[in-house]
Amino acid sequence: MNAFLYFRPQSLDEVITLLVRYGREARLLAGGTDLLVQMRHDLIAPQVVIDLKRVAELRADVQLLDGALRIGALTVLSDLIEDARVQQYFPALVEAASVVGSVQIRNRATLSGNICNASPAADTAPALLIYDAQVNLIGPDGRRTVALRRFFLGPRKTVLQQGELVEAIDLPLPREASGAAFTRLTRRRGVDLATVNAACLARRSDGVLFAFGAVAPTPILVPVSDNRLLVTSLDAAIRRAILDEVAAHTSPISDVRASREYRLAMVKVMAKRALEVALQRLTAAEAQLSPVA
Amino acid sequence: MEKNLIPISITVNGRRVELEVQPQHTLLKVLQNQLDLIGSKECCGEGECGACTILANGRAINSCLVLAVEADGWEIVTIEGLAEDERLDPLQEAFLKAGAVQCGYCIPGMVMSAKYLLMKNPHPSEDEVRQGLAGNLCRCAGYNRIIAAVQLAASEKEAA
Repeated sequence: MNAFLYFRPQSLDEVITLLVRYGREARLLAGGTDLLVQMRHDLIAPQVVIDLKRVAELRADVQLLDGALRIGALTVLSDLIEDARVQQYFPALVEAASVVGSVQIRNRATLSGNICNASPAADTAPALLIYDAQVNLIGPDGRRTVALRRFFLGPRKTVLQQGELVEAIDLPLPREASGAAFTRLTRRRGVDLATVNAACLARRSDGVLFAFGAVAPTPILVPVSDNRLLVTSLDAAIRRAILDEVAAHTSPISDVRASREYRLAMVKVMAKRALEVALQRLTAAEAQLSPVA
Repeated sequence: MEKNLIPISITVNGRRVELEVQPQHTLLKVLQNQLDLIGSKECCGEGECGACTILANGRAINSCLVLAVEADGWEIVTIEGLAEDERLDPLQEAFLKAGAVQCGYCIPGMVMSAKYLLMKNPHPSEDEVRQGLAGNLCRCAGYNRIIAAVQLAASEKEAA
């Protein structure tokens, strides 16, 4: 690893000042599980590393706000997975975060870092997309909030401007019964990047949302307006036709993990599996909410 | 920049140490080169193999993916910190009893991951052991006996 200047600021003001001063030469360090791998492989060689872990304003927990859960910029995946409120309201996110890297990685890796790394294959991204995650940014011009579906611009590219960083990620609490699930395909079961990943959210009011990773330049959200997908007993041919349309929104490439053709075929399989579990959970959630006769 | 040294204070295996480290050195490198703790191993250098696993503030982490400067103020336990005096940790005994060690390169990391697993879940199922050790690779592919060793340690704990 190349030598660099290491900063450990105590406040957001200091972080922003450093980011503005060093621009592209600077990288932010939270868990480091992506940053250090890239630095060790000389894929990047920042002259300045800014460690965020002592910044007083940045939190490492999950807060219940009015109508949302707020995941701090420094919250690691292990803590996210074990939070009872995240488990209750956002099970697909728990499923996705549980397969990122290994135990050791999840003990260090932050949710915000996983998003800012902007890998098209990031496992937490599809789950965050179906839950309409909102990314809170802070920078030299103050704060702004960007929906995650507008956050990614391309592989490793986000809307973050020079001097900006993620302060927290908000997950709006569900307002009606819903069912959600995450599925993914990997070459081996543990510690592998997704060949295809998918999340699905089913609600009676506005139908089914799919999100996919590793099949487009960014993780993508695909809403389905056809409410027939909510019908568990839907004719298999009709469902297949709808899922074919869903898969048409993806644009996978061939790489070391899989060919474009295989990914196109597997998108439909992942979507179908995620949908089946999401519908089961929707039915279970509705049964819980209905009065006992 | 070579002489850019940063002071850190860490507790390693119960002993507090003050060090000066270079920012680009990983915690693993500092443990090996500045503290002569060579049990934790460097292998893949990217968080896939787990040979460098240590406990930091009670959590298993890859010490090859942490800068030594980040560890300022941490409590660290390495494989060298498990045995008390001449008495091995029950987990280490179980690895011996189960014949879980072949070439041995992965074993310090395996033991530290297993230690963390049993701290969190004293009675794991076989599947939970496999999940808990998913971040540790054994190049001899001696997984079955390693998993048996962890289960043996858990069952002996129960009996004790």
